[in-house]
Parts: sequence; structure tokens; C-alpha cells
Amino acid sequence: MNRRLFLLLICLALVAFLNTAVCLDELRFYLHSEPKTFNPLMVADDSSDTIRYLTGGVLLRLNRDTQKLEPELASSWKVSKDGKTITFILRQGLYFSDGTPFTAQDVKYTMDQLMNPDLHAPTGDSFRSGNGKVECTVLAPEKVAITFPAPVAGLDRLFDQVAIISSQSPKKEGAVLGPYYVSDYKPGSYVYLRKNPNYWKRDPSGQQLPYINAVKLEIQSNRDIELMKFSRGEIHLINTMDADYFDRLSTSSPAMVHDAGTSLDSEQMWFNQVSTAPIPPYKLQWFTSRNFRRAMSSAINRDDLCKVVYNGHAQPALGPVSPANRFWFNSRLQAVRFDQQAALQLLRQDGFQLSGNKLRDRDGHAVEFSIVTSAGNRARERMATMVQQDLSALGITVNVVTLDFPSLLQRITQDFNYEAVLLGLVNVELDPNEVMNVWLSSSETHQWNPRQKTPATPWEAEIDRLMRAQASAMDDSARKKSFDRVQEIVADQVPFIYLVNKNALTAVSPSLENAKPVVLRPQTYWNIEYLKLAVERASNGK
Amino acid sequence: MKRMRVAAASLACALVFISVTGSFVPRFDYSRQDREHINSGPSRGHWLGTDDLGRDRFARLLHGTRISILLAPAASALSMLLAFGIGAIPGFAGGFAERAAKTAIDLVLSIPWLFLLLMVRATLPLNTSPAASVTITFLVLGLLGWAAPARILLARARSMRQAEFIILARSTGAAPFRLLSKHVMPNLRPILLAQFWISVPLFILSEANLSILGLGVAEPLPSLGSLLRELETVLSLRADIWRFVPLVMLVLLVSSLQIAVSEREVSL
Repeated sequence: MNRRLFLLLICLALVAFLNTAVCLDELRFYLHSEPKTFNPLMVADDSSDTIRYLTGGVLLRLNRDTQKLEPELASSWKVSKDGKTITFILRQGLYFSDGTPFTAQDVKYTMDQLMNPDLHAPTGDSFRSGNGKVECTVLAPEKVAITFPAPVAGLDRLFDQVAIISSQSPKKEGAVLGPYYVSDYKPGSYVYLRKNPNYWKRDPSGQQLPYINAVKLEIQSNRDIELMKFSRGEIHLINTMDADYFDRLSTSSPAMVHDAGTSLDSEQMWFNQVSTAPIPPYKLQWFTSRNFRRAMSSAINRDDLCKVVYNGHAQPALGPVSPANRFWFNSRLQAVRFDQQAALQLLRQDGFQLSGNKLRDRDGHAVEFSIVTSAGNRARERMATMVQQDLSALGITVNVVTLDFPSLLQRITQDFNYEAVLLGLVNVELDPNEVMNVWLSSSETHQWNPRQKTPATPWEAEIDRLMRAQASAMDDSARKKSFDRVQEIVADQVPFIYLVNKNALTAVSPSLENAKPVVLRPQTYWNIEYLKLAVERASNGK
Repeated sequence: MKRMRVAAASLACALVFISVTGSFVPRFDYSRQDREHINSGPSRGHWLGTDDLGRDRFARLLHGTRISILLAPAASALSMLLAFGIGAIPGFAGGFAERAAKTAIDLVLSIPWLFLLLMVRATLPLNTSPAASVTITFLVLGLLGWAAPARILLARARSMRQAEFIILARSTGAAPFRLLSKHVMPNLRPILLAQFWISVPLFILSEANLSILGLGVAEPLPSLGSLLRELETVLSLRADIWRFVPLVMLVLLVSSLQIAVSEREVSL
């Protein structure tokens, strides 16, 4: 009996050891929401995007560090002079995770699915350049040409988002060409990824990549828990962090935190310029005045916003494009100087006068407006309160209103029942084509005055023209020239008051080797194949 | 027990006195942002340090407590008025009025009040001043908080309907209004008072809940609830014990009010 018990204990110990051994080669971090889909063509949320990045094989990959395109499943590519056709030469002898061979037919199948109007694939929207069908032609077993009905600017970069799916595999999108495949999914709890045994990439020594055998993505929206688990060594990285959390962690573990510098994300405010908005006409007159908007912009102390709200982990924003976007950023833009006297001068030009400690317009209306922002977002609430104090120095009364997000969206996109709003913009893509919907005056998301039948102002008409021009030009320098001009017009007319560009703040466990956090998403695991868990045992004390 | 009640009442009075008088001292400006000294510790200039925007914590505590202390009883009084009208009078009248009142009370009690408050808050005019917004918040709390006391008042008034002293009064020809004002009301007064004092801390806590969601008092006006928002994340687990003073203040205030109300008055 004792002998049996002893054998049982040995077996249990062995199982426990094996389980621990597996865990030692398992990268763990958090998804902040449930992934909505595992179909890479249907991705529209952050968590699904993470899984697509880790599992999807793409023809071309944007190197998040150099911001240059690199060949992946395609060994080379060429865009035609008219910008309508892209031809890929594919690597040969590659297999999906389930062993199905990768062929040119898979690229054709993926493109057909992507552009299928019945599927409404969000990733396909970027490719819709005009009326007509997208033709994908298999020219040879290793050669594919994709032809669009109209030129698509920055065409090759768009393929960074297109994960190739198999036309033959019974697993459909479950068969992948990326470094990992989805092995297990427990809704509300975790997504478990295992190393793709057929992954094609090798390191310089010939070892198959990725180095890490498995990735466990636990679903957890609570940032406090994430921070605690990271501090205890139970997860290996935090991809994005608030400045407060970053500073707390940097006090206890300075080696673990990384400030990669200015990110693409911006925080901005804008005034409602919708002519039919249910706001008093005199206020609409203020908001549509260039001088008024410029005065508001000058009266806000952006340096203080960066220092107080982001503890120095942000930079005053210069315009619609962050300096992190190296190619498209217009370096000629000047920083907005904090100058309340200059702001008052601008306001006087429009007939505003200080009467006692109140600013009044030429008809005697006291200048008072509300800034709405999302409830629960402490950084935005703090920024709004600081703007409130800055503008009170000009005699302006600002009412800060925090609303739950659905109510806020309803006001700014449907009812237009608001005066000013402070929100952020999360930029994922570098190319200006991705923000066409913001700048075209006819667009639904031309936030300060959407759905215009004809441009309300000459400068909006000029922006429309320039954005269309850059979208149809094939030469990057010509495109940049147009988009630079858009940035200059925006800086001059101030439809958006850009406040800050947040820094990309991340945390990476020392046990994770080869991590090199960058400003582009996914900041910490963009080079997932090369990440190694080398000394985890020591750091975790396991 | 009586000593404890006296001590609790004294403490509540002292807190009220300090917060009301102190908040009128010009030195204690709750909105001025000293951006060079954010999140600083206690000093001669800032007795409880400064918050994340460099505002004086002590000044904000005084003003926040004053707002909660003044408006919560007002909201509670409104609730009691409604509870008497909707609970006690139909309860005493009986018949259809009583059944209608019961239905109304059950209906209101079944409403998820937090979502209703969120909805009401979202529909407020945007250019509402902070002072008006805090008043509206407590007004809404008062308008929604009558149902529970109304149910108690209804039950008590119903039991009085067949009481001997009421039958006697009726037999002498007393009119319904006289019956209510001279006979029913004095008998319900202890319940009304107890419910009033129970509702005061309840409304302070409700406002705190709304503020923690960012939907209570508008910036830059403080309230006890908005001050507690500093403690909502793991970042509050620091050694800065002065950050917990608003919490201590709230606990002291609520506890002292609860203890000050006698056990006899609360139990029915």
C-alpha cells in the first residue's frame, strides 16, 4: 500500500514538474477585452488585432522599429506605375500550422474574401479605391498580381494588416502562417497560443522561430490587477500604461519600465461648428471664428498638461501628425506658444472685451461654454480642469461636464448637442489615407462639422482637394507635399486644438530577452519571434 | 448608550461647524492650481498637502464636507416630504389610494437607481454651473429616495387607521385634515425623524458613488465623493496617509449620524 502511495506521489510530482516546465516557456500578458473574432479579416478591436498579429502570416510586414516595409510571405513585390496593381513573388515550400501547403491560390482566396461585399471585412475598407472589382490573378505558382479599379496610395503598406488564410485547410482561419496558432480559448478567461510547428522563419543560426513555445493571453480589463500581477512576475509585459502607473512601477522596478518616446496617440479638443447644432447662434459664431479658436489654443498651457497630467511622459502636440510618424510629420510646424496676452489680442480683433473679470463678445454675451469629456478617464478630466483654469485667466467660464461614453458619442455624432469636447485619438496607421475620414468634409467623422454637402469654408475645400490629391498620387514625395500642406492649414485654422502626444509607456519583465519597446503598436511584442524567456526562474523565484 | 449618542452628536456638530465656517476663510481656496507642487505632502502652506492638480487638499476637504453636509439633509427633507405625501396619507386613507401608493412604491423601489441617475445626469443642460450641478444631483437623490421611507410610513399610518384614538376623534366629528395634522402626524414624527437621519448619510454615500463614477459634482467644486476618487486605484496604496483623510471624515460623519439616532427611533 505504502509503495503504491509512493508511486502515486512520484507521478503527481512528475506531472507538476512537467506542468511547471511548460509554464517556464510561456509568455503571459493581458488582453483588456474579449476578442470579438479570430477571423483575421474581420478584426475591428484591439484584442482581436493582438491575436491577428501573433498568429497571422502577412505578405509584407511593417518593421515597427525602422518604420520600413519588410518582405514576409512574399520575398519581393512591385507596385505598378499607375498604382493600380501590386505583384508579389511568394516564398515557396511554406506550410500552414495544420500542414496545408501555402500557395498563390491562398493569396487569391484571401483577397476574394477580403473584398467580398457580403462579408463586410473591416480590413478590406482600406483597399476600396473606386467602383469596380478587385482582381487577383495567379500568374505562376509563386507569382500573384492584384489589380484595383483605381489607384490606391500607399498600397503595399496596407498588406501589413492582411493575414493570409488557407483556401484548402478544413480549419479555415484556424490554420495560420504566423508564429503562433490559437490552441485554446476560454471565453472571459484566456486565449492560449502555441508555437506554429510549421513557421517558416529561422534565426541566423538556423534555429526555427519563435523561441517561446506558448503565449497565454489572459482577459483582464482591470489595470490595477495587471500592475500587481506584473509586479509579482505573473505576467511578462504591459503593452500600454498610464503615466501614474508607469511612475509607480519605475520607483520600485526602474529596469522594467520603458518610455519609448512620443507615440502616435494624441489628445485634442474641438468646438462644435455644425450650423444646425442646438446651441445659441452667438456661440456658433465664436466657434466658427478662426481667431477665437486660435486664441483658445494659445491660452492653454500645454507644457503644464504634459507635466501635471502625464508626469512629463508626453509632449505638447504640434498638429495632426505626431513626430513619431517620421515620414508624414511636417517638421516645419511651429509649437503653439502659451501666450494669454496674444490670445486676448486675437479675441479683441473679433470684438471681445474684458469687462471686469468677464470676457464678453461684441453683443455683450459673457463668454461661457462647456467642455464634455468621457467620465472615468482621469487624465482627460484633469486636462479639462486645467483648461478651465487657463481660460478663466481670460475671463472665460468653462463648465467641465463628464459623461458616460455612449451619451458622449450620441451628443458628438448624432445630436450635436455640445459646445466643446476633449477626447483622444488612437492612431494605429502611419499613412494619411487611414485618416481620410477625419479630413474629408463630407465624412461622418469630420468631427467638428461632419456630413457637409459642400465644404462650409474655403480652407475645408482646400483640405478636401489636397487629401484627394495625396490619395491619388503614386509618388510618396508628392503625397507628402500635399499632406504637409494639410497639416499647415490645420495648424492655421485650428479645427482641432491638439493638446498633447502621449509617450509610449510600457513595462517588460527582465526575464524577457530581446524586447525592444517602440512607439508603434504593438509596442512590446512587435518582434515576438525573437523574444526569449531566459532567466524567468530566477526572477519569479519559481 | 446615551453618552455615546451625545458624543456622536457633538462630533457631528463639530464637523459641521468646522467645515461650514472654515470654507468661508479666503485662505482656503479649493480651486487654485499650484502646478509646481502637485501631489505634495503636508506643509505649512498646505496642511494636508496638494492633490494631483496642485490644489490644497485641506481647502477641498472643508468645501467638500460643507457641500455634502448642507445638501444631504436638504435632499433628505425633500424625500421625507414626498414619503409623507405618497406613503402616510394614502396609508391612512386606505382603499384605492393605498393600493395605488403601494404599487407606486414597489415600482420606484424596483428601478435601478444608479442607471436612472446616470440617465438624468446625461440629460442635464451642459452649461450647468458646478454649484447648480451639485444641487441638481442632490435634488435628484431627494426625488428618488422617498420610496423606502414611504413604505414604512404607509404601514404605520395604516395601522393607525383603526386605532381607538382615531375612531374616537372621528366620532367627535374631526375632519380628515384635522385627523392628519393633529393625530396622525405627531404619531409619525419619530419615524420621519429617524428616516430623515438615516437618509442623510445614505445620500452622502450615493453622491460619493456617483462622483467615483465621475458623474457627481462638476469640477472644480469638491464633494466628499469626488475627494474619495483619489483612492479608487491601486496607486492609492502609498504611504501618504493624509490621502485617506476624506475617507476618515466620511466614516466619522456617517457613523456619528447613525449613532446619534436612537435605537428606539430606528426600530419599528
